[in-house]
Amino acid sequence: MTPQVLMDGLVAGAMIGLGAIGITLTYSILRFSNFAHGEFLSWGAYLVLAVASGLGFLAGGPASPLGPFSFGWTLPVALVAGIALTAALALVVDALLFGPLRHRGSAVIILVMASFGAALTLRSLLEFIFTSKPMYFTSALQIARPLGGGLRATPDQLLALGLAAILVVAIHLLLTRTAIGRSMRAVSENRQLAGIAGIDVRMVIRTVWIFGAGLACVAGVMSGLLVQIRPQMGLDLLLPLFAAAILGGIGSVPGAMIAGLIVGLAEAMTVQLVGAEWRAAVAFVILVAILLLRPRGLFGRPE
Amino acid sequence: MIDLLSYGAFFLSVALTYAIISLGLNVQWGQTGLFNVGIAGFVAVGAYVSALLTTPATADHLGGFGLPVAAGWLGAAVATGFVTFLVGALTIRLRSDYLAIATFGAAVAIHLCILNLQSVTGGPFGIGFIPRAFAGLADRPVAFSLANLALLAAVVLALYLALEHLARSPWGRVLRAIREDEPAALALGKSAVRFRLQAFALGGAIMGLAGATQAHFIGYIAPDNYQPILTFQVWAMLIVGGSGNNRGAILGAVVVWGIWALSASAVAGLFPAEQQARAASLQIVMIGLALCAILLWRPRGILGEARIMSRHVLRAAPTATPPPSTKSET
Repeated sequence: MTPQVLMDGLVAGAMIGLGAIGITLTYSILRFSNFAHGEFLSWGAYLVLAVASGLGFLAGGPASPLGPFSFGWTLPVALVAGIALTAALALVVDALLFGPLRHRGSAVIILVMASFGAALTLRSLLEFIFTSKPMYFTSALQIARPLGGGLRATPDQLLALGLAAILVVAIHLLLTRTAIGRSMRAVSENRQLAGIAGIDVRMVIRTVWIFGAGLACVAGVMSGLLVQIRPQMGLDLLLPLFAAAILGGIGSVPGAMIAGLIVGLAEAMTVQLVGAEWRAAVAFVILVAILLLRPRGLFGRPE
Repeated sequence: MIDLLSYGAFFLSVALTYAIISLGLNVQWGQTGLFNVGIAGFVAVGAYVSALLTTPATADHLGGFGLPVAAGWLGAAVATGFVTFLVGALTIRLRSDYLAIATFGAAVAIHLCILNLQSVTGGPFGIGFIPRAFAGLADRPVAFSLANLALLAAVVLALYLALEHLARSPWGRVLRAIREDEPAALALGKSAVRFRLQAFALGGAIMGLAGATQAHFIGYIAPDNYQPILTFQVWAMLIVGGSGNNRGAILGAVVVWGIWALSASAVAGLFPAEQQARAASLQIVMIGLALCAILLWRPRGILGEARIMSRHVLRAAPTATPPPSTKSET
C-alpha cells in the first residue's frame, strides 16, 4: 500500500462528507432518510456544467485555466449559480411532494418512499436531458505534484480538500453559534415544542433544504471535476453517503465529515488491497458493521 | 390470431412473475409495514440460486447441478428467505428507515457479488440455458406458452390462497396489530421483533421464488436484469393495486406491467433509433411521477386495503381499518 492511498481516500472522503452533511441534516430535522439526496449531487453537477458552458459561450470560447487549476473563471461563477439552482430544486421538490405529505402527517416511511420515487424521476430526467454519456468540466490534464512523504496531489484535489474543510467549519459554526442554528437544533429536538416557542418551523425546514442541496451541489461539482459527470453518479454515491451519515451519528455535522473521510479512506484502501471492482461494497460493509456494533454512530446520541 | 394469443400468453406470464414479487412485497409492506428497497437484490438471489441448481454442468462457472426445476424453485425460496432474514435481523430492531437503507445496501452488494464472482455466477455474461418448464412442448410454441402461463397462474393462485389464509390466521392478525398499535400488541405478549422478522423472511422467500420462476420462464439471467428499476416497478405495482390487499398486488402487477409494455412499444414506435435510450428514460420519469402522485392523492391504490376481520366483528361495527399510509407516526 502506498501513501498515495491516503490522498485519494481523503479527497473522495471529503466529497462523501459534504454530501453526508445534507443527509444528516434532513434526517435529524425532517426525520426521514432522503433517497433523493444523491440526485441533488448529480443535478448540482449538471446545473453547474450547463451554466459554465453558457458563460463560456457568451464570453466567446472556453475560459483559460486559472493559475494552477484545470478550470477557468466560468466554473467558480457557475458554482455559485448552481448552488442557488440546486437549492431551488430542493425547495420545489419539497413544496410539491414532501411538504404536502408532511402536512398530512404521513408516516416516516411514506416520506422515504416518496423520496425514492423522486430520486428515480430526477435521475431519469437528467438522463433524458443530458443522455447517459459521461461529461467533463474541463478537458485539461493536470499533473499531480509531489507534496513530500511520497504523496502527490493535483491542485484541483488540494482545492477540493480546502473547500470541504472551510465549508464544514462554516456549517458547524453556523449551527452552534447563530440564531438560525439554534432554531434548527430546537426543531430537531422537538418540532411541535419549537413551533410553540415561536420558532418559524417552515423557515427552518427551508434552511435545511438550502444547506443540504447547496452542499450536495458542491460535492457533485467536486466529483465531476475530479472524476466525471454522469446521471448515475448520485445513485452510486448514495450508499456511501448513508453509511457516512449513520457512522458519524445522525445530526452531527463534524461526525458526518469525519465518517465521510473514513468511508473514503476505506474505499481507497479496498481499491488498493482487494481490487477496484469491490469498491461499491465497502460502504455496505461499514453500514452493516455500524448497525451491528453501534447503531447511534460515532458522535450520535442514543435515541 | 395465433400471434396475438402467443403474445398475450407471454405478456401475462411475465406480469404474473411480477405479481409473485408483488405478493411477497405485500407480506412485508402491506401487512407488516416493513419498507424494502432491495427487492431487485432478493429477486436476483432466487434467480441465481435456482439457475445454479438446475442448469447442466458447465466448465465456465460453479454449479450446474442439473436438478429438476421444482428443486430449483424450492432452493431459491429457502436461500432468499435466509438472506432476507439476515438483513432483517440486522436492522428490524432499529428505526424504520434503517431497514430501507440496509435493504438498499444489500441490493447493491448482491448486484456487485453476481457481477464480480465470475466463477460462481458467470459474472457480467450471466447464466444461459436455464431449463424451462414443459421443455417437451418446445416445438409447439402456442401449447408451450399456454402451459407455462397455466403453471404460473397456478403458482400465483396457490400463493394467493395461502397468503389470504395466513392473513386471516392468528399470525396475520398479530402482524396487523403490531403495525397499527405496537405497544398494545406488546402488552398482549407478542414479540414485535420476532413477528416482523418472520414476515420479512417470508416475503423475501416469495420474492426469491418469483426470481426463480422468472429465470426459468426467460431461460437466461444477467446482472443487468436486477437494477433498482426493478425494485421501483414492483413498488409501483403494489401501490397502484393497493397495499395490504393480495388481489390488489396481483392486479397492480398486471396493470403496471401493461402500462410499461405499452409505453415501451410507444417509445420504440415514436422515436428514431438513436433517441430510444433517451426516450426510455422518460418511461421511468412517468412511472416515478405516477408513484408520487398516487402517494399524494390516492394512497390506498385501486383496491385499497382489504378488510380482514371476523365476519361477526364486521357486522357489529362496519368501519374500515385505516390503511398503513394514513397512519401518522407518534
